[in-house]
Amino acid sequence: MPGKNFAATRFSGLNDLNTDNVSGLRVEFTFSTGVVRGQEAAPLVVADTMYVVTPFPNHVFALDLNRHGALKWHYEPKPVAAAQGVACCDVVNRGIQYADGRIYLATLDGQVIALDAATGAERWRITLGQINKGETITMAPLVVKGKVLVGNSGGEFGVRGWIAALDAASGQQLWRAYNTGPDTDVLIGSAFKPFYPSERGPDLGVTTWPPEAWRIGGGTVWGWISYDPDLNLIYHGTANPGPWNSEQRPGDNKWTGGIFARDLDSGAARWFYQSVPHDLYDYDAINELVLLDAQIDGAQRRVLVRPERNGYLYVIDRTSGEVLSADPYAHVNSITSVDVKTGRPTYNPDKKPQLGKVVRDICPAAPGAKDWNPSAYSPRTGLLYIAHLNLCMDWESVEANYIAGTPYVGANTVMHAGHGGYRGELSAWDVLGRKNAWSVKEDLPLWSGVLATAGDLVFYGTLDGYLKAVDARSGAAKWQFRTGSGIIGQPISYRGPDGRQYIAVLCGIGGWVGTIVVNKIDTRDPTAVSGFASAVGDLPGKTAKGGTLYVFALPRP
Amino acid sequence: MCSRCRVLSAAIVLLALAGCQREKRHFEAPPGTDFPPTQVTMSPLVTGVSATAFREQQTHIYEDNAYHLSEGKRLFSWFNCAGCHGHGGGNIGPALMDEEWIYGGDIDAIYLTIAQGRPNGMPAFAGRIPAQQIWQLAAYVRSLGGHGPKAARPSRDDHIQIPAEQGRRDEPVVPAPADPSQ
Repeated sequence: MPGKNFAATRFSGLNDLNTDNVSGLRVEFTFSTGVVRGQEAAPLVVADTMYVVTPFPNHVFALDLNRHGALKWHYEPKPVAAAQGVACCDVVNRGIQYADGRIYLATLDGQVIALDAATGAERWRITLGQINKGETITMAPLVVKGKVLVGNSGGEFGVRGWIAALDAASGQQLWRAYNTGPDTDVLIGSAFKPFYPSERGPDLGVTTWPPEAWRIGGGTVWGWISYDPDLNLIYHGTANPGPWNSEQRPGDNKWTGGIFARDLDSGAARWFYQSVPHDLYDYDAINELVLLDAQIDGAQRRVLVRPERNGYLYVIDRTSGEVLSADPYAHVNSITSVDVKTGRPTYNPDKKPQLGKVVRDICPAAPGAKDWNPSAYSPRTGLLYIAHLNLCMDWESVEANYIAGTPYVGANTVMHAGHGGYRGELSAWDVLGRKNAWSVKEDLPLWSGVLATAGDLVFYGTLDGYLKAVDARSGAAKWQFRTGSGIIGQPISYRGPDGRQYIAVLCGIGGWVGTIVVNKIDTRDPTAVSGFASAVGDLPGKTAKGGTLYVFALPRP
Repeated sequence: MCSRCRVLSAAIVLLALAGCQREKRHFEAPPGTDFPPTQVTMSPLVTGVSATAFREQQTHIYEDNAYHLSEGKRLFSWFNCAGCHGHGGGNIGPALMDEEWIYGGDIDAIYLTIAQGRPNGMPAFAGRIPAQQIWQLAAYVRSLGGHGPKAARPSRDDHIQIPAEQGRRDEPVVPAPADPSQ
């Protein structure tokens, strides 16, 4: 699975590669995916086969690791091309999943498909999303105990967010929980025990919205899901409320912008924590949820760690939903503090959007201090390695009209480099010490996942195409290789059939940050790509479209 | 008043009147200009002789007219075009202010793209937007790329532009790291 384990640590226990020998890392083989859009997925290795999924049209390739990645089979799901028109941020796919001899794939046009892992033969397919309502699926499904968990994208199109569990054997839907609307739809019942009083009350998914606005209110599930087998709880985030123009939706806008704990078997909500009540800035709460067990204030706690898009790093008791700490890990001026007693953030009144007014220099910008790209945690160092952004923005709220199948946004935004002038940063966050241990500043924004290994190496990619390895304890540069296109994918490590440790990553610029390259944006319009055009206007001069798998290893002894 | 002065003032009056001669403002579409186009080709390669009279008429009526262009600009936001195309620079959909047109850049081709939709994501608006408003939108879309008389075009949205002091410096702020491997 893309998260490496149910706790989503993205930590590889392999240590053949280390800080001393990584400089000898060389390309073993490459494979062209044939699709030159943003490659956000993690390659998936099962025994001696590697599986690769592309952005739309979501091809899946099975590569033979015994034969330098020779093609075993190729599968084309043929999703509806019109789905590209309702995908907010490039036509990405964040990964596929393996379980019990099958590969599980979600397509951009809202289908979930099971394939025979050995042959690529289709076992079942089911349509969950409706593109005419603006729904797509871009997330990597998670399969737990025979259930395929998947949610929708489309928070910029006035969709209603949901997460569903499908029977892995048949594709039949077992439960579906919406993240807005009446409690019965949200699967809130007697088991729902949120820690904070502001999350309690009947039908908050209706009453915290203007009449009927919850039907088009967002709260999608396009990010990551973690699972605690002991508690039998899944954890997932809920994305931004819609439209972005917050004056059109007074209220807390439950259950958007937060984290749900749900029972795996029934989907019943156990607790919810809203990191951005009445979100003002498109701070989706869909980032990864890293599950750790830690000694905090003298007590052993089961926690989840979340570098949130709003710029705060949350440590939350995952049994109860209590926020144990929330510290800014990047420059934030839109939220001045988070009160752990009430759980609520304090929005900076100077940065509050108003209809028809341009509010300048809001930090972080709409993609957050960090977007979807997942961090990695090393138990050897106790550090969480976060590849993130340093961008601020100017924001003008305008009236949004709801027209099904078209964007429902209501904001003009222009982004720029944050304070210090750099746009990306790899931070090594000391989870227990609640402070940054070291960081590497990058000129370009960081949009790739991170991999940590037991060889005390941290791998990440850059938008100008470098895959880099740094020392997990100091951040010192140890190795880098320039691939054919910008990297926004998720590096992985695995032991190959020949016993050697390998590193693999997909390169291929795209995603929200790389739309400027893949969609030939005209940067004379500073609001193009929701303002990203003005922040990365130099990117088309630094990389070109691509889509290639790179696999690295040390030479055979 | 001297005769020369009389001639001069008459000339000034005439000049001023000539200055008042500006576009005709049609609040109602003139007969024959609010229908969908019938013959539009998707390729500049045309067999035989192509009929361009209707295209030229529509271009003149809508694109040379400040009222239609300003209506087009208003509708561009109203129908959420800006959500996909930005203010011409593009986003989910392609840029409209550059010189590249996937499905044709003539006003009647743009009309049909809006009305019929296009297979890779452009939604179809036929039946949702009256024909005259689609012509206004098509004329505004062309004006983003600098087509039509400058005097007729709506002003740019300069208020959201990044103030100079916030702009990025051009040189990289992080020194390129030493390359240990290469």
